[in-house]
Amino acid sequence: MMVEIYNGALDVKAIFSNWLDEGIERNWGAFIPFIGIVREEDGIEALSFDIYEPILNGWFNDWQAKAKKRGAILKMAHSRGDVPVHTSSYMSAVFSPKRRVALELIDEFVEDFKANAPIWKYDIVEGKRVYAEDRSTPMSGAGLMSKKD
Amino acid sequence: MVRIEFLGPIAKASIHIEANSLRDVALYLQEDSELSVWLDKLAIAVNDTMVCDLDYVLKDGDKISLLPPVCGG
Repeated sequence: MMVEIYNGALDVKAIFSNWLDEGIERNWGAFIPFIGIVREEDGIEALSFDIYEPILNGWFNDWQAKAKKRGAILKMAHSRGDVPVHTSSYMSAVFSPKRRVALELIDEFVEDFKANAPIWKYDIVEGKRVYAEDRSTPMSGAGLMSKKD
Repeated sequence: MVRIEFLGPIAKASIHIEANSLRDVALYLQEDSELSVWLDKLAIAVNDTMVCDLDYVLKDGDKISLLPPVCGG
């Protein structure tokens, strides 16, 4: 299962509906979605995203394998390019027959997504694309290239 | 030759260099003043697999990706 990547804002209702239908059809049990909405703050018009898909899909497949061991299934959708305020750039969900597993997994998955998914965020302010450096986190293992010995 | 590609906000075109290990790549990048603000924050992938070992041996045609700090969602 791959990450669903869309150009621009996510069609939240359509994606949610697809996931819900698939979960019902496959008898997957509890369905816990997480939907991120771009907030209007600091004068931004939109957020914008770059994604490096090969590593994103590898990261997601590792998480899917971890979820499977706990009897759960993960879903994820993310935007590429510009996403206006009050629209969505990120959705994920956990399906599991067990409520507790699903609640724990959505927490762990979304936290690691923020820390290690290869996605770069920019603010769009007065039409300019500015890297959101102060909100960005170095990935696990960062710093190797600054070592001298 | 290996190819080094700079992802996300690092506005820099890919380069090709001779390197036998990631240590050689590190020494090369440390000479580039444009990259000095990034170096301690970059994660590294070789052929799309994350790598944390400076002694990782490279072979001809390998692709090295430099990944700056991330923020999805």
